[in-house]
Amino acid sequence: MPFSIKVNGALRDIDVDGDTPLLWVLRDVLGMTGTKYGCGIAQCGACTVHIDGSPVRSCLLRVGTVGDRAVTTIEGVSATEAGAKVQKAWLDLEVIQCGYCQSGQIMSAAALLAKHPHPDDADINAAMAGNICRCGTYVRIREAIKSAAGNGGRRQS
Amino acid sequence: MSTRTALSRRVVLQNGLAGGLVLAFQWPLRAAPVNEPEQQPDQPDGQFAPNAFIRIDNAGKTTLVIPQAEMGQGVYTAIAMILAEELDADYAQVVIKHAPASDKLYANPLFGIQVTGNSNSIRSFWDKLRGAGAAARAMLITAAASQWQVDAESCSAANGKVTHAASNRTLTYGELADAAGKLSVPDKPKLKDPKDFTLIGKPLKRNDTPDKSDGKTIYGIDVMVPDMKFATLAQCPVLGGKVKHVDDSVAKKLPGVRQVVVLDDLVAVVGDHMWAAWQGLDALKVTWDEGLNAKINSTDIWNGLRVESTKNGVLAKSEGDVDKGLAQGERFDADYELPLLAHATMEPMNCTVRLTPGACEIWIGTQVQSRCQQYAAKAAGLPIDKVTINNHYLGGGFGRRLEPDMVASAVRIAKEVSTPVKVVWTREEDMQHDVYRPAYRDTISASLSNGKIVAWKYKVTGSSVMARWLPPAFKNGIDIDAVDSAVDMPYDIPNKRIEYVRAEPPAVITGFWRGVGPNNNVFAIESFVDELARKANMDPVAFRLGMLDGTPRLKAALKLVAEKSAWGSPLPARVGRGVSAQPSFGSFIATVVEAEVDDVGGVHLRRITCAVDTGIAVNPDTIMAQLQGGLIFGLTAALWGEVTLEKGRVQQSNFNDYRMLRIDETPPIDVHVIKSGEHPGGIGETGATAGPPALRNAIYAATGVPLRRLPIDRAAIAVKKA
Repeated sequence: MPFSIKVNGALRDIDVDGDTPLLWVLRDVLGMTGTKYGCGIAQCGACTVHIDGSPVRSCLLRVGTVGDRAVTTIEGVSATEAGAKVQKAWLDLEVIQCGYCQSGQIMSAAALLAKHPHPDDADINAAMAGNICRCGTYVRIREAIKSAAGNGGRRQS
Repeated sequence: MSTRTALSRRVVLQNGLAGGLVLAFQWPLRAAPVNEPEQQPDQPDGQFAPNAFIRIDNAGKTTLVIPQAEMGQGVYTAIAMILAEELDADYAQVVIKHAPASDKLYANPLFGIQVTGNSNSIRSFWDKLRGAGAAARAMLITAAASQWQVDAESCSAANGKVTHAASNRTLTYGELADAAGKLSVPDKPKLKDPKDFTLIGKPLKRNDTPDKSDGKTIYGIDVMVPDMKFATLAQCPVLGGKVKHVDDSVAKKLPGVRQVVVLDDLVAVVGDHMWAAWQGLDALKVTWDEGLNAKINSTDIWNGLRVESTKNGVLAKSEGDVDKGLAQGERFDADYELPLLAHATMEPMNCTVRLTPGACEIWIGTQVQSRCQQYAAKAAGLPIDKVTINNHYLGGGFGRRLEPDMVASAVRIAKEVSTPVKVVWTREEDMQHDVYRPAYRDTISASLSNGKIVAWKYKVTGSSVMARWLPPAFKNGIDIDAVDSAVDMPYDIPNKRIEYVRAEPPAVITGFWRGVGPNNNVFAIESFVDELARKANMDPVAFRLGMLDGTPRLKAALKLVAEKSAWGSPLPARVGRGVSAQPSFGSFIATVVEAEVDDVGGVHLRRITCAVDTGIAVNPDTIMAQLQGGLIFGLTAALWGEVTLEKGRVQQSNFNDYRMLRIDETPPIDVHVIKSGEHPGGIGETGATAGPPALRNAIYAATGVPLRRLPIDRAAIAVKKA
């Protein structure tokens, strides 16, 4: 069934079953591979995108339910103020290791900062506990979020 | 150098991989040479390419070909730093390239084949890379000196330029590339004095992270080949089972499903995208021939291991007279057990294949490029030189990507498909058809006298990964990985005996897992040493310090971590600090975990402190990151990790039942890097090895319960109801 979704500000025509998860539409149909498959059951957060600014696990979101809401992916998040801040902090504090989960981490963190410009540890825990990092970059993720928020966030030595 | 360390990997490296070692521990682990055709490095015209690692074109573009796989450990940055240091390249401008498959050009000096593992990329390539960079620099300087008709000694190199200061003349490496390319490569180029390093030792930014921060990085799973279809597969839920019958009548009718491939040991569905393939796979009605493993449960694995552990092992190391020593002091005995574990890399297994008449092209992220090439060639029925491996960044390796099984199956599927095909495993398939970290059982006896251990008898029982993975390295019944940190024990103990019993589990194929053999050794050693400290009525840190005169670098790390962790300061009830110390992988690491045990046995990490002497820290920021991450990797396993079998099926399937530590459970982790001029040590595995015993000892301190198996048994440490 042909229809359109708005991804990073652009209308994209697609022709897939409406039950197809947004993740696979992004990756395999639109070729936007920055959004990652990790678990398929909303346990790891690697597939996190924004729907109208809110973080959503795209592995369980049926594309037919997106409608005219705005989809933002890792490829487009730098256009948002919070996204750009988070990406910069991620590099400044050298958060990333293998990087596979980091699209999702950055999307979750950007959504957090857009909603809570100055999150405390509890806010960070609540927003980020759904994102697994197998390399174990959590200490730096916390610091980088604080840094992006202007809350200090000095790297631990 | 104490005799105890004479067998260790780091010493082998420092001695230039020479002989004089105990036969059973002969490194390097050279595999039988593969019949590989001569392959020239990628060397277009007009490039200066003095070796397999460095390319400089006429425009001065400097490309560094990185032999090792980047799986998050920062090796692309570290290797680029080493090459650029000795080359005196303009580091900010260098371009990084994945190495192609070639044992001849890119073999890991320690293994003799192309492998990224065992935390040895920097340790084993250190001399080779420095030499490669220095040779290229010498040639560029010679080319400039010749053009200027001055003495090469009067010229200097920096930032991609050669300068003759006396005449104030400068030529760029690009301008010198042609002339340098005509010179012979010096055998023994002069290396820099480490005091003159300008890159090595600095916390430089990683070269791989900018693209990882905005979704641009292409992992194996992201590859898009023209006309490609997407496939996902299922192997028999019972490990080792075969396909008996497939009813694909429903699957074939689903939208987007293009083809069903049935092989003897797996079924795959090919579709327009992963979701279509997955829906198709779910719709298949497969009858499996489950085979003999259908009767195997975890209890069978444990019972077998326990029976085998009562047998005498093969002698791995002996010093003094252990029986006499055990009879002298007060004797204690303990057994420790570690479970099977899955790797659970965040990027599930995948491989993309394009078969054309007479050729095969592979896209993947792997730790073993040449081995993937061999397996693809065999599966495709082609000569090795007709197989091209395009390696990518890895979404985690942890040892899982030391295996080429996903390549072989993808090529076999591709042979049935007319288009290129990307095969992606579901998370469930990935977890249930892993090669698993072996279950181990450690039996230790020791005796105490005057606050010191005087005898130590340690038997490791478990699967030999090495016997399967690199058979030539499995000699005289000894798996050198399984006993690596057992024979390399750091403490001054006069009477020691280390044995190994190879015990292969039914049904399960075992593999290397971050921390490899030392994971098990260090857990058993550091757990038992903690128990012995208590028997001796001594503080665990003081007890260890008293036995570390022969390993001063570890002693210094232990002293530092005690200071930084406020060791000995008061703690609330049911909160404890635990320590571990290890000389593994050529790095000397001491770790303190502070943890609280709640009334129902829940364990809460409060703080982790780590001190590391890894020799020359090529990039200290990476060292810290690797330890932070490695500790979390190990602690995740200690807290929750266990793969179990029922009727031959792995019971865990995804992150809901194979738990990972999450950010809200992660405490502050402080890593202190000790300055050192020693040969660089390994680092990627070390945190995984350090964390579990330190946590276990923290729980021991908090509750008095000496846990002897992982993962942590909450019921055993809950407050007992009266």
